[in-house]
Amino acid sequence: MGIRVAMNRVLPVATVLAALLLLWYAGAVGLNASGAIERVLSNQPGWTTADLVAATWAMERPVLPAPHQVALDLWHSTVDWPLDSPRNLLYHAAVTAQSTLVGFVLGTLLGMLLAAAIVHSRTLDRALLPWIVASQTVPVLAIAPIVLVILGSLGFSGVAPKAAIAMYLCFFPVTVAMVQGLRSPQRIETELLHTYAATRLQALWMLRLPAALPFLFPSLRVAIAAGLVGAMVAELPTGAQAGLGARLLTGSYYGNTVGIWSALVLSALLGLGLTAAVAGVERLVLQRRPA
Amino acid sequence: MTATLWLLSALALVLAVWSVRRLAALETPRWAGSASAVLFGGWVLFFWQAGVTAFEVPRVLLPAPLAIAQSLWDHAATLGRDFVQTVLKAVLFGWVLGSALGFAVGVAIDRLPFLQRGLLPVASLTSTVPLVAVAPIMVMWFGFEWQSKAAVVVLMTFFPMLVATLAGLQAAGRIERELMHSYAASYTRTLLDLRLPCAVPFIVSALKVNATLALIGAIVAEFFGSPTVGLGFRISTEAAKMNMALVWGAIVVAAVTGSLAYALLVRLERRLAFWHPSVRSR
Repeated sequence: MGIRVAMNRVLPVATVLAALLLLWYAGAVGLNASGAIERVLSNQPGWTTADLVAATWAMERPVLPAPHQVALDLWHSTVDWPLDSPRNLLYHAAVTAQSTLVGFVLGTLLGMLLAAAIVHSRTLDRALLPWIVASQTVPVLAIAPIVLVILGSLGFSGVAPKAAIAMYLCFFPVTVAMVQGLRSPQRIETELLHTYAATRLQALWMLRLPAALPFLFPSLRVAIAAGLVGAMVAELPTGAQAGLGARLLTGSYYGNTVGIWSALVLSALLGLGLTAAVAGVERLVLQRRPA
Repeated sequence: MTATLWLLSALALVLAVWSVRRLAALETPRWAGSASAVLFGGWVLFFWQAGVTAFEVPRVLLPAPLAIAQSLWDHAATLGRDFVQTVLKAVLFGWVLGSALGFAVGVAIDRLPFLQRGLLPVASLTSTVPLVAVAPIMVMWFGFEWQSKAAVVVLMTFFPMLVATLAGLQAAGRIERELMHSYAASYTRTLLDLRLPCAVPFIVSALKVNATLALIGAIVAEFFGSPTVGLGFRISTEAAKMNMALVWGAIVVAAVTGSLAYALLVRLERRLAFWHPSVRSR
Protein backbone atom coordinates (compact mmCIF):
# COMPACT_ATOMS: atom_id res chain seq x y z
CA MET A 1 0.00 0.00 0.00
CA GLY A 2 1.53 3.25 -1.11
CA ILE A 3 1.73 6.36 0.97
CA ARG A 4 -0.89 8.15 -1.10
CA VAL A 5 -3.39 5.34 -0.60
CA ALA A 6 -2.70 5.40 3.11
CA MET A 7 -3.18 9.15 3.18
CA ASN A 8 -6.40 8.82 1.23
CA ARG A 9 -7.85 6.17 3.49
CA VAL A 10 -6.28 6.48 6.90
CA LEU A 11 -6.09 10.23 7.27
CA PRO A 12 -9.84 10.94 6.91
CA VAL A 13 -10.76 8.13 9.28
CA ALA A 14 -8.15 9.25 11.79
CA THR A 15 -9.45 12.81 11.57
CA VAL A 16 -13.03 11.70 12.17
CA LEU A 17 -11.99 9.53 15.12
CA ALA A 18 -9.93 12.39 16.60
CA ALA A 19 -12.89 14.73 16.21
CA LEU A 20 -15.12 12.20 17.96
CA LEU A 21 -12.63 11.95 20.81
CA LEU A 22 -12.54 15.76 21.15
CA LEU A 23 -16.34 15.86 21.12
CA TRP A 24 -16.38 13.18 23.80
CA TYR A 25 -14.07 15.20 26.05
CA ALA A 26 -16.10 18.36 25.43
CA GLY A 27 -19.30 16.45 26.13
CA ALA A 28 -17.82 15.14 29.37
CA VAL A 29 -17.16 18.72 30.48
CA GLY A 30 -20.64 19.86 29.49
CA LEU A 31 -22.56 16.95 30.97
CA ASN A 32 -20.56 16.60 34.19
CA ALA A 33 -20.15 20.31 34.95
CA SER A 34 -23.20 20.74 37.19
CA GLY A 35 -22.43 17.56 39.12
CA ALA A 36 -18.79 18.52 39.51
CA ILE A 37 -19.67 21.98 40.82
CA GLU A 38 -22.13 20.48 43.26
CA ARG A 39 -20.10 17.57 44.57
CA VAL A 40 -16.40 18.27 44.00
CA LEU A 41 -15.89 22.02 43.90
CA SER A 42 -18.41 23.06 46.57
CA ASN A 43 -15.82 22.80 49.35
CA GLN A 44 -13.19 24.65 47.39
CA PRO A 45 -14.22 28.28 46.84
CA GLY A 46 -12.52 30.32 44.18
CA TRP A 47 -12.18 27.47 41.68
CA THR A 48 -11.14 28.28 38.17
CA THR A 49 -12.28 26.93 34.82
CA ALA A 50 -9.23 24.68 34.71
CA ASP A 51 -10.27 23.18 38.05
CA LEU A 52 -13.74 22.59 36.70
CA VAL A 53 -12.46 20.86 33.57
CA ALA A 54 -10.09 18.70 35.58
CA ALA A 55 -12.90 17.80 37.96
CA THR A 56 -15.30 16.83 35.17
CA TRP A 57 -12.71 14.46 33.71
CA ALA A 58 -12.02 12.66 36.99
CA MET A 59 -15.40 12.19 38.61
CA GLU A 60 -16.33 9.12 40.58
CA ARG A 61 -19.77 8.68 39.03
CA PRO A 62 -19.84 10.92 35.99
CA VAL A 63 -22.80 11.35 33.68
CA LEU A 64 -20.36 10.81 30.84
CA PRO A 65 -16.94 9.45 31.79
CA ALA A 66 -13.98 10.87 29.92
CA PRO A 67 -12.32 8.52 27.39
CA HIS A 68 -9.19 8.08 29.48
CA GLN A 69 -11.32 7.06 32.49
CA VAL A 70 -12.97 4.35 30.39
CA ALA A 71 -9.62 3.26 29.00
CA LEU A 72 -8.12 3.06 32.49
CA ASP A 73 -11.09 1.13 33.84
CA LEU A 74 -10.91 -1.22 30.86
CA TRP A 75 -7.20 -1.75 31.51
CA HIS A 76 -7.66 -2.36 35.23
CA SER A 77 -10.63 -4.65 34.85
CA THR A 78 -8.81 -6.80 32.30
CA VAL A 79 -5.32 -6.89 33.83
CA ASP A 80 -5.72 -6.64 37.59
CA TRP A 81 -7.60 -9.90 38.01
CA PRO A 82 -6.83 -13.45 36.88
CA LEU A 83 -8.55 -14.41 33.64
CA ASP A 84 -10.99 -16.83 35.30
CA SER A 85 -12.13 -14.36 37.92
CA PRO A 86 -15.66 -12.95 37.51
CA ARG A 87 -14.16 -9.54 38.22
CA ASN A 88 -12.19 -9.70 35.00
CA LEU A 89 -14.04 -8.16 32.09
CA LEU A 90 -12.30 -10.47 29.63
CA TYR A 91 -13.90 -13.42 31.43
CA HIS A 92 -17.31 -11.93 30.70
CA ALA A 93 -16.34 -11.20 27.11
CA ALA A 94 -15.25 -14.83 26.73
CA VAL A 95 -18.57 -16.07 28.15
CA THR A 96 -20.48 -13.93 25.65
CA ALA A 97 -18.18 -14.86 22.78
CA GLN A 98 -18.60 -18.54 23.56
CA SER A 99 -22.39 -18.53 23.41
CA THR A 100 -22.28 -16.30 20.32
CA LEU A 101 -19.91 -18.63 18.49
CA VAL A 102 -21.72 -21.85 19.45
CA GLY A 103 -25.02 -20.33 18.35
CA PHE A 104 -23.45 -18.93 15.20
CA VAL A 105 -22.00 -22.26 14.09
CA LEU A 106 -25.22 -24.17 14.81
CA GLY A 107 -27.41 -21.51 13.24
CA THR A 108 -25.25 -21.35 10.11
CA LEU A 109 -25.25 -25.13 9.68
CA LEU A 110 -28.99 -25.29 10.21
CA GLY A 111 -29.57 -22.41 7.82
CA MET A 112 -27.43 -24.00 5.10
CA LEU A 113 -29.14 -27.39 5.49
CA LEU A 114 -32.58 -25.83 5.32
CA ALA A 115 -31.57 -23.71 2.33
CA ALA A 116 -30.39 -26.84 0.49
CA ALA A 117 -33.71 -28.52 1.31
CA ILE A 118 -35.69 -25.49 0.13
CA VAL A 119 -33.82 -25.33 -3.17
CA HIS A 120 -34.63 -28.98 -3.86
CA SER A 121 -38.22 -29.00 -2.70
CA ARG A 122 -40.89 -26.97 -4.35
CA THR A 123 -43.18 -27.55 -1.39
CA LEU A 124 -40.74 -26.12 1.13
CA ASP A 125 -39.93 -23.30 -1.27
CA ARG A 126 -43.51 -22.17 -1.59
CA ALA A 127 -44.81 -23.04 1.88
CA LEU A 128 -41.88 -22.31 4.20
CA LEU A 129 -39.63 -19.75 2.50
CA PRO A 130 -42.20 -16.89 2.60
CA TRP A 131 -42.38 -17.28 6.37
CA ILE A 132 -38.59 -17.16 6.74
CA VAL A 133 -38.39 -14.07 4.53
CA ALA A 134 -41.23 -12.42 6.46
CA SER A 135 -39.46 -13.15 9.74
CA GLN A 136 -36.82 -10.61 8.67
CA THR A 137 -39.35 -7.82 9.16
CA VAL A 138 -40.33 -8.99 12.64
CA PRO A 139 -38.38 -8.30 15.85
CA VAL A 140 -37.64 -12.01 16.43
CA LEU A 141 -35.25 -11.03 19.22
CA ALA A 142 -38.36 -10.32 21.32
CA ILE A 143 -39.03 -14.03 21.81
CA ALA A 144 -35.68 -14.41 23.61
CA PRO A 145 -37.32 -14.30 27.09
CA ILE A 146 -39.67 -17.11 26.01
CA VAL A 147 -36.79 -19.27 24.81
CA LEU A 148 -35.04 -18.66 28.13
CA VAL A 149 -38.12 -19.68 30.13
CA ILE A 150 -38.79 -22.79 28.04
CA LEU A 151 -35.19 -24.00 28.07
CA GLY A 152 -34.85 -23.05 31.72
CA SER A 153 -37.84 -25.12 32.77
CA LEU A 154 -36.56 -28.02 30.67
CA GLY A 155 -33.42 -27.93 32.80
CA PHE A 156 -30.99 -26.28 30.41
CA SER A 157 -28.79 -23.60 31.88
CA GLY A 158 -25.49 -21.94 31.15
CA VAL A 159 -24.44 -21.71 27.53
CA ALA A 160 -27.31 -23.66 25.94
CA PRO A 161 -30.16 -21.09 26.23
CA LYS A 162 -27.93 -18.21 25.17
CA ALA A 163 -26.54 -20.18 22.25
CA ALA A 164 -30.08 -21.14 21.25
CA ILE A 165 -31.07 -17.50 20.98
CA ALA A 166 -27.91 -16.59 19.06
CA MET A 167 -28.62 -19.62 16.86
CA TYR A 168 -32.09 -18.68 15.75
CA LEU A 169 -31.02 -15.09 15.14
CA CYS A 170 -28.15 -16.30 12.90
CA PHE A 171 -30.36 -18.84 11.19
CA PHE A 172 -32.77 -16.52 9.34
CA PRO A 173 -30.35 -14.31 7.37
CA VAL A 174 -28.15 -17.30 6.47
CA THR A 175 -31.13 -19.27 5.14
CA VAL A 176 -32.41 -16.40 3.01
CA ALA A 177 -28.98 -15.65 1.54
CA MET A 178 -28.14 -19.33 0.97
CA VAL A 179 -31.36 -19.96 -0.94
CA GLN A 180 -30.52 -17.01 -3.15
CA GLY A 181 -26.93 -18.21 -3.56
CA LEU A 182 -27.76 -21.86 -4.29
CA ARG A 183 -30.10 -20.62 -7.03
CA SER A 184 -27.52 -18.29 -8.54
CA PRO A 185 -25.90 -20.71 -11.06
CA GLN A 186 -26.92 -20.01 -14.63
CA ARG A 187 -29.19 -22.35 -16.48
CA ILE A 188 -26.39 -23.21 -18.90
CA GLU A 189 -24.21 -24.41 -16.02
CA THR A 190 -26.89 -26.59 -14.46
CA GLU A 191 -27.64 -28.05 -17.88
CA LEU A 192 -23.98 -28.81 -18.44
CA LEU A 193 -23.90 -30.79 -15.21
CA HIS A 194 -27.09 -32.49 -16.34
CA THR A 195 -25.41 -33.64 -19.55
CA TYR A 196 -22.59 -35.08 -17.44
CA ALA A 197 -25.29 -37.11 -15.67
CA ALA A 198 -24.30 -35.49 -12.40
CA THR A 199 -26.50 -36.40 -9.47
CA ARG A 200 -28.31 -33.70 -7.52
CA LEU A 201 -25.82 -34.16 -4.72
CA GLN A 202 -22.89 -33.69 -7.08
CA ALA A 203 -24.52 -30.63 -8.59
CA LEU A 204 -25.04 -29.24 -5.11
CA TRP A 205 -21.47 -29.89 -4.08
CA MET A 206 -19.65 -28.89 -7.26
CA LEU A 207 -21.79 -26.11 -8.65
CA ARG A 208 -24.38 -24.70 -6.29
CA LEU A 209 -22.32 -24.55 -3.10
CA PRO A 210 -19.30 -22.76 -4.61
CA ALA A 211 -21.65 -20.38 -6.41
CA ALA A 212 -23.44 -19.63 -3.13
CA LEU A 213 -20.32 -18.64 -1.21
CA PRO A 214 -20.31 -14.96 -2.27
CA PHE A 215 -23.91 -14.77 -1.04
CA LEU A 216 -23.17 -16.68 2.14
CA PHE A 217 -20.40 -14.53 3.58
CA PRO A 218 -22.19 -11.16 3.72
CA SER A 219 -25.04 -12.93 5.50
CA LEU A 220 -22.55 -14.48 7.93
CA ARG A 221 -21.35 -11.01 8.87
CA VAL A 222 -24.95 -9.95 9.50
CA ALA A 223 -25.55 -13.19 11.39
CA ILE A 224 -22.63 -12.93 13.78
CA ALA A 225 -23.54 -9.36 14.69
CA ALA A 226 -27.14 -10.44 15.30
CA GLY A 227 -25.93 -13.45 17.29
CA LEU A 228 -23.82 -11.23 19.53
CA VAL A 229 -26.80 -8.99 20.29
CA GLY A 230 -28.86 -12.12 20.95
CA ALA A 231 -26.30 -13.57 23.34
CA MET A 232 -26.05 -10.27 25.22
CA VAL A 233 -29.82 -9.89 25.49
CA ALA A 234 -30.04 -13.49 26.71
CA GLU A 235 -27.74 -12.55 29.58
CA LEU A 236 -30.08 -9.83 30.80
CA PRO A 237 -32.95 -11.56 32.62
CA THR A 238 -32.72 -12.67 36.19
CA GLY A 239 -30.03 -15.13 37.07
CA ALA A 240 -27.52 -14.06 34.46
CA GLN A 241 -24.25 -14.03 36.39
CA ALA A 242 -21.73 -13.74 33.65
CA GLY A 243 -21.34 -12.13 30.28
CA LEU A 244 -21.15 -8.62 28.92
CA GLY A 245 -24.93 -8.23 28.97
CA ALA A 246 -25.02 -9.10 32.67
CA ARG A 247 -22.21 -6.62 33.28
CA LEU A 248 -24.20 -3.88 31.55
CA LEU A 249 -27.23 -4.64 33.68
CA THR A 250 -25.37 -4.77 37.01
CA GLY A 251 -23.57 -1.59 36.03
CA SER A 252 -26.88 0.17 35.51
CA TYR A 253 -28.28 -1.20 38.79
CA TYR A 254 -25.37 0.15 40.82
CA GLY A 255 -24.94 3.38 38.86
CA ASN A 256 -21.43 2.35 37.90
CA THR A 257 -21.20 4.49 34.76
CA VAL A 258 -17.55 3.85 34.03
CA GLY A 259 -18.20 0.12 34.32
CA ILE A 260 -21.06 0.32 31.82
CA TRP A 261 -18.89 2.21 29.40
CA SER A 262 -16.05 -0.26 29.58
CA ALA A 263 -18.47 -3.16 29.07
CA LEU A 264 -19.91 -1.24 26.12
CA VAL A 265 -16.49 -0.60 24.60
CA LEU A 266 -15.49 -4.22 25.07
CA SER A 267 -18.71 -5.47 23.46
CA ALA A 268 -18.05 -3.15 20.52
CA LEU A 269 -14.52 -4.56 20.24
CA LEU A 270 -15.91 -8.09 20.47
CA GLY A 271 -18.36 -7.32 17.66
CA LEU A 272 -15.58 -5.89 15.52
CA GLY A 273 -13.32 -8.85 16.29
CA LEU A 274 -15.95 -11.47 15.46
CA THR A 275 -16.82 -9.73 12.19
CA ALA A 276 -13.14 -9.41 11.33
CA ALA A 277 -12.74 -13.15 11.95
CA VAL A 278 -15.61 -13.91 9.57
CA ALA A 279 -14.14 -11.52 7.00
CA GLY A 280 -10.77 -13.26 7.37
CA VAL A 281 -12.31 -16.67 6.73
CA GLU A 282 -14.14 -15.17 3.77
CA ARG A 283 -10.90 -13.90 2.27
CA LEU A 284 -9.19 -17.27 2.77
CA VAL A 285 -12.05 -19.24 1.23
CA LEU A 286 -12.77 -16.94 -1.69
CA GLN A 287 -9.07 -16.64 -2.50
CA ARG A 288 -8.83 -20.36 -3.16
CA ARG A 289 -11.67 -20.20 -5.63
CA PRO A 290 -10.66 -20.09 -9.26
CA ALA A 291 -11.95 -16.81 -10.57
CA MET B 1 -58.13 -43.92 23.62
CA THR B 2 -54.51 -43.03 23.05
CA ALA B 3 -54.41 -45.34 20.04
CA THR B 4 -57.28 -43.42 18.46
CA LEU B 5 -55.49 -40.17 19.22
CA TRP B 6 -52.29 -41.32 17.56
CA LEU B 7 -54.24 -42.62 14.56
CA LEU B 8 -56.06 -39.31 14.22
CA SER B 9 -52.81 -37.32 14.48
CA ALA B 10 -51.15 -39.53 11.88
CA LEU B 11 -54.12 -39.04 9.57
CA ALA B 12 -54.05 -35.29 10.10
CA LEU B 13 -50.31 -35.22 9.40
CA VAL B 14 -50.73 -37.16 6.15
CA LEU B 15 -53.57 -34.84 5.14
CA ALA B 16 -51.47 -31.78 5.99
CA VAL B 17 -48.42 -32.90 3.99
CA TRP B 18 -50.57 -33.99 1.07
CA SER B 19 -52.60 -30.77 0.92
CA VAL B 20 -49.60 -28.45 1.17
CA ARG B 21 -47.70 -30.47 -1.45
CA ARG B 22 -50.64 -30.46 -3.83
CA LEU B 23 -51.19 -26.74 -3.49
CA ALA B 24 -47.48 -25.95 -3.83
CA ALA B 25 -47.22 -28.09 -6.99
CA LEU B 26 -49.88 -26.07 -8.80
CA GLU B 27 -48.56 -23.84 -11.57
CA THR B 28 -51.73 -21.77 -11.82
CA PRO B 29 -53.33 -19.68 -10.40
CA ARG B 30 -50.67 -17.16 -9.50
CA TRP B 31 -51.70 -17.00 -5.87
CA ALA B 32 -51.04 -20.72 -5.37
CA GLY B 33 -47.60 -19.94 -3.88
CA SER B 34 -48.92 -17.57 -1.23
CA ALA B 35 -51.88 -19.85 -0.63
CA SER B 36 -49.61 -22.78 0.17
CA ALA B 37 -47.66 -20.60 2.61
CA VAL B 38 -50.90 -19.60 4.32
CA LEU B 39 -52.09 -23.20 4.37
CA PHE B 40 -48.77 -24.32 5.83
CA GLY B 41 -49.05 -21.65 8.55
CA GLY B 42 -52.58 -22.80 9.27
CA TRP B 43 -51.49 -26.43 9.65
CA VAL B 44 -48.66 -25.39 11.98
CA LEU B 45 -51.16 -23.55 14.16
CA PHE B 46 -53.47 -26.59 14.06
CA PHE B 47 -50.76 -29.02 15.18
CA TRP B 48 -49.56 -26.54 17.78
CA GLN B 49 -53.07 -26.33 19.23
CA ALA B 50 -53.72 -30.07 18.95
CA GLY B 51 -50.32 -31.04 20.34
CA VAL B 52 -50.53 -28.72 23.31
CA THR B 53 -54.05 -29.94 24.12
CA ALA B 54 -53.39 -33.63 23.56
CA PHE B 55 -50.12 -33.85 25.44
CA GLU B 56 -51.27 -31.41 28.13
CA VAL B 57 -48.20 -29.24 27.74
CA PRO B 58 -48.08 -26.90 30.74
CA ARG B 59 -49.25 -23.39 29.94
CA VAL B 60 -45.99 -21.93 31.24
CA LEU B 61 -44.06 -23.88 28.66
CA LEU B 62 -46.08 -23.30 25.53
CA PRO B 63 -49.58 -21.83 25.49
CA ALA B 64 -51.92 -22.95 22.73
CA PRO B 65 -52.67 -20.51 19.90
CA LEU B 66 -56.28 -20.20 21.08
CA ALA B 67 -55.06 -19.33 24.58
CA ILE B 68 -52.82 -16.65 23.04
CA ALA B 69 -55.74 -15.29 21.03
CA GLN B 70 -57.86 -15.31 24.16
CA SER B 71 -55.18 -13.42 26.08
CA LEU B 72 -54.82 -10.92 23.22
CA TRP B 73 -58.57 -10.29 23.50
CA ASP B 74 -58.62 -10.14 27.31
CA HIS B 75 -55.63 -7.82 27.59
CA ALA B 76 -56.38 -5.70 24.53
CA ALA B 77 -56.45 -2.51 26.60
CA THR B 78 -53.09 -3.24 28.26
CA LEU B 79 -51.45 -4.23 25.00
CA GLY B 80 -52.94 -1.16 23.36
CA ARG B 81 -51.25 1.06 25.94
CA ASP B 82 -48.00 -0.88 25.44
CA PHE B 83 -48.32 -0.35 21.70
CA VAL B 84 -48.80 3.39 22.13
CA GLN B 85 -45.87 3.61 24.53
CA THR B 86 -43.39 1.54 22.55
CA VAL B 87 -44.40 1.93 18.92
CA LEU B 88 -46.14 5.28 18.62
CA LYS B 89 -43.81 7.10 20.98
CA ALA B 90 -40.35 5.48 21.15
CA VAL B 91 -40.14 3.69 17.80
CA LEU B 92 -41.88 6.25 15.61
CA PHE B 93 -40.10 9.23 17.11
CA GLY B 94 -36.69 7.57 17.12
CA TRP B 95 -37.10 6.09 13.64
CA VAL B 96 -38.13 9.42 12.11
CA LEU B 97 -35.47 11.43 13.93
CA GLY B 98 -32.64 8.92 13.41
CA SER B 99 -33.41 8.44 9.72
CA ALA B 100 -33.86 12.18 9.16
CA LEU B 101 -30.56 12.93 10.88
CA GLY B 102 -28.76 10.25 8.89
CA PHE B 103 -30.21 11.62 5.66
CA ALA B 104 -29.41 15.24 6.57
CA VAL B 105 -25.80 14.46 7.50
CA GLY B 106 -25.43 12.38 4.33
CA VAL B 107 -26.60 15.26 2.15
CA ALA B 108 -24.62 17.81 4.16
CA ILE B 109 -21.28 16.05 3.69
CA ASP B 110 -22.00 15.28 0.05
CA ARG B 111 -19.63 18.06 -1.02
CA LEU B 112 -16.93 17.12 1.50
CA PRO B 113 -15.22 14.01 0.14
CA PHE B 114 -12.68 14.10 2.95
CA LEU B 115 -15.39 13.78 5.60
CA GLN B 116 -17.13 11.12 3.53
CA ARG B 117 -14.00 9.00 3.33
CA GLY B 118 -13.62 9.42 7.09
CA LEU B 119 -17.21 8.83 8.14
CA LEU B 120 -18.17 6.01 5.78
CA PRO B 121 -15.85 3.33 7.23
CA VAL B 122 -16.78 4.31 10.78
CA ALA B 123 -20.50 4.30 9.96
CA SER B 124 -20.27 0.92 8.21
CA LEU B 125 -18.41 -0.60 11.15
CA THR B 126 -21.20 0.36 13.55
CA SER B 127 -23.37 -2.35 11.99
CA THR B 128 -21.09 -4.94 13.61
CA VAL B 129 -21.30 -3.30 17.04
CA PRO B 130 -24.15 -4.19 19.43
CA LEU B 131 -25.41 -0.60 19.56
CA VAL B 132 -28.45 -1.57 21.57
CA ALA B 133 -26.11 -2.02 24.55
CA VAL B 134 -26.09 1.77 25.02
CA ALA B 135 -29.60 1.34 26.46
CA PRO B 136 -28.50 1.47 30.13
CA ILE B 137 -26.61 4.70 29.46
CA MET B 138 -29.58 6.26 27.70
CA VAL B 139 -31.81 5.21 30.58
CA MET B 140 -29.41 7.03 32.93
CA TRP B 141 -29.37 10.15 30.77
CA PHE B 142 -32.99 10.43 29.66
CA GLY B 143 -34.81 8.57 32.42
CA PHE B 144 -37.11 5.56 32.34
CA GLU B 145 -39.70 7.09 30.03
CA TRP B 146 -39.92 6.58 26.27
CA GLN B 147 -37.36 9.30 25.52
CA SER B 148 -34.47 7.02 26.48
CA LYS B 149 -35.79 4.28 24.17
CA ALA B 150 -36.19 6.81 21.37
CA ALA B 151 -32.57 7.85 21.92
CA VAL B 152 -31.41 4.23 21.48
CA VAL B 153 -33.50 4.00 18.32
CA VAL B 154 -32.04 7.27 16.99
CA LEU B 155 -28.53 5.91 17.45
CA MET B 156 -29.39 2.56 15.83
CA THR B 157 -31.16 4.05 12.81
CA PHE B 158 -28.76 6.93 12.14
CA PHE B 159 -25.86 4.99 10.67
CA PRO B 160 -27.72 2.73 8.20
CA MET B 161 -29.44 5.80 6.79
CA LEU B 162 -26.16 7.73 6.56
CA VAL B 163 -24.49 4.88 4.68
CA ALA B 164 -27.49 4.45 2.37
CA THR B 165 -27.73 8.17 1.62
CA LEU B 166 -24.04 8.40 0.78
CA ALA B 167 -24.28 5.35 -1.47
CA GLY B 168 -27.49 6.60 -3.06
CA LEU B 169 -26.08 10.00 -3.91
CA GLN B 170 -23.29 8.25 -5.82
CA ALA B 171 -25.78 6.14 -7.77
CA ALA B 172 -26.60 8.59 -10.54
CA GLY B 173 -24.94 7.57 -13.78
CA ARG B 174 -22.11 9.44 -15.40
CA ILE B 175 -24.07 10.16 -18.56
CA GLU B 176 -26.94 11.72 -16.64
CA ARG B 177 -24.58 13.85 -14.59
CA GLU B 178 -22.80 15.08 -17.68
CA LEU B 179 -26.13 15.88 -19.26
CA MET B 180 -27.04 18.02 -16.26
CA HIS B 181 -23.63 19.63 -16.50
CA SER B 182 -24.13 20.44 -20.17
CA TYR B 183 -27.41 22.14 -19.21
CA ALA B 184 -25.32 24.30 -16.87
CA ALA B 185 -27.45 22.99 -14.03
CA SER B 186 -26.34 24.22 -10.63
CA TYR B 187 -25.28 21.84 -7.85
CA THR B 188 -28.65 22.21 -6.15
CA ARG B 189 -30.58 21.57 -9.39
CA THR B 190 -28.57 18.43 -10.08
CA LEU B 191 -29.06 17.29 -6.51
CA LEU B 192 -32.82 17.87 -6.53
CA ASP B 193 -33.61 16.72 -10.06
CA LEU B 194 -31.15 13.90 -10.58
CA ARG B 195 -29.19 12.65 -7.63
CA LEU B 196 -31.83 12.62 -4.89
CA PRO B 197 -34.36 10.79 -7.09
CA CYS B 198 -31.62 8.26 -7.92
CA ALA B 199 -30.98 7.84 -4.19
CA VAL B 200 -34.63 7.06 -3.37
CA PRO B 201 -34.37 3.24 -3.66
CA PHE B 202 -31.36 3.27 -1.32
CA ILE B 203 -33.13 5.51 1.17
CA VAL B 204 -36.30 3.42 1.19
CA SER B 205 -34.25 0.25 1.75
CA ALA B 206 -32.60 1.95 4.71
CA LEU B 207 -36.04 2.94 6.01
CA LYS B 208 -37.10 -0.72 5.81
CA VAL B 209 -33.98 -1.96 7.62
CA ASN B 210 -34.42 0.80 10.17
CA ALA B 211 -38.05 -0.11 10.87
CA THR B 212 -37.02 -3.56 12.11
CA LEU B 213 -33.97 -2.17 13.92
CA ALA B 214 -36.11 0.45 15.64
CA LEU B 215 -38.58 -2.13 16.93
CA ILE B 216 -35.76 -4.33 18.22
CA GLY B 217 -33.99 -1.35 19.79
CA ALA B 218 -37.05 -0.04 21.61
CA ILE B 219 -38.11 -3.47 22.89
CA VAL B 220 -34.63 -4.47 24.06
CA ALA B 221 -34.03 -1.04 25.61
CA GLU B 222 -37.13 -1.61 27.72
CA PHE B 223 -35.52 -4.77 29.12
CA PHE B 224 -32.99 -2.42 30.78
CA GLY B 225 -35.56 -0.39 32.65
CA SER B 226 -38.83 1.23 31.73
CA PRO B 227 -42.04 2.57 33.24
CA THR B 228 -44.64 -0.14 33.84
CA VAL B 229 -45.88 0.04 30.28
CA GLY B 230 -44.39 -0.94 26.94
CA LEU B 231 -44.08 -4.07 24.81
CA GLY B 232 -40.56 -4.88 26.00
CA PHE B 233 -41.55 -4.34 29.61
CA ARG B 234 -44.61 -6.57 29.11
CA ILE B 235 -42.53 -9.33 27.53
CA SER B 236 -39.83 -9.35 30.21
CA THR B 237 -42.09 -9.03 33.28
CA GLU B 238 -44.80 -11.43 32.14
CA ALA B 239 -42.11 -13.96 31.17
CA ALA B 240 -40.74 -13.65 34.71
CA LYS B 241 -44.29 -14.18 36.04
CA MET B 242 -44.70 -17.21 33.74
CA ASN B 243 -47.76 -15.65 32.12
CA MET B 244 -46.66 -16.91 28.72
CA ALA B 245 -49.95 -16.35 26.90
CA LEU B 246 -49.64 -12.61 27.42
CA VAL B 247 -45.95 -12.68 26.42
CA TRP B 248 -46.92 -14.33 23.15
CA GLY B 249 -49.68 -11.75 22.80
CA ALA B 250 -47.17 -8.91 23.08
CA ILE B 251 -44.96 -10.66 20.53
CA VAL B 252 -47.88 -11.00 18.13
CA VAL B 253 -48.44 -7.24 18.45
CA ALA B 254 -44.75 -6.55 17.75
CA ALA B 255 -44.67 -8.97 14.80
CA VAL B 256 -47.81 -7.54 13.21
CA THR B 257 -46.41 -4.03 13.68
CA GLY B 258 -43.15 -4.98 11.99
CA SER B 259 -44.85 -6.64 9.03
CA LEU B 260 -47.31 -3.78 8.56
CA ALA B 261 -44.52 -1.21 8.66
CA TYR B 262 -42.64 -3.20 6.05
CA ALA B 263 -45.71 -3.52 3.84
CA LEU B 264 -46.36 0.23 4.07
CA LEU B 265 -42.75 0.98 3.14
CA VAL B 266 -42.95 -1.35 0.13
CA ARG B 267 -46.00 0.61 -1.05
CA LEU B 268 -44.11 3.85 -0.48
CA GLU B 269 -41.22 2.48 -2.53
CA ARG B 270 -43.54 1.65 -5.43
CA ARG B 271 -44.97 5.15 -5.28
CA LEU B 272 -41.61 6.94 -5.11
CA ALA B 273 -39.31 4.71 -7.13
CA PHE B 274 -41.77 3.47 -9.75
CA TRP B 275 -39.11 3.98 -12.43
CA HIS B 276 -36.51 1.71 -10.80
CA PRO B 277 -35.88 -1.67 -12.50
CA SER B 278 -36.34 -3.61 -9.28
CA VAL B 279 -39.83 -2.13 -8.87
CA ARG B 280 -40.84 -2.33 -12.53
CA SER B 281 -39.95 -6.02 -12.73
CA ARG B 282 -42.52 -6.90 -10.06
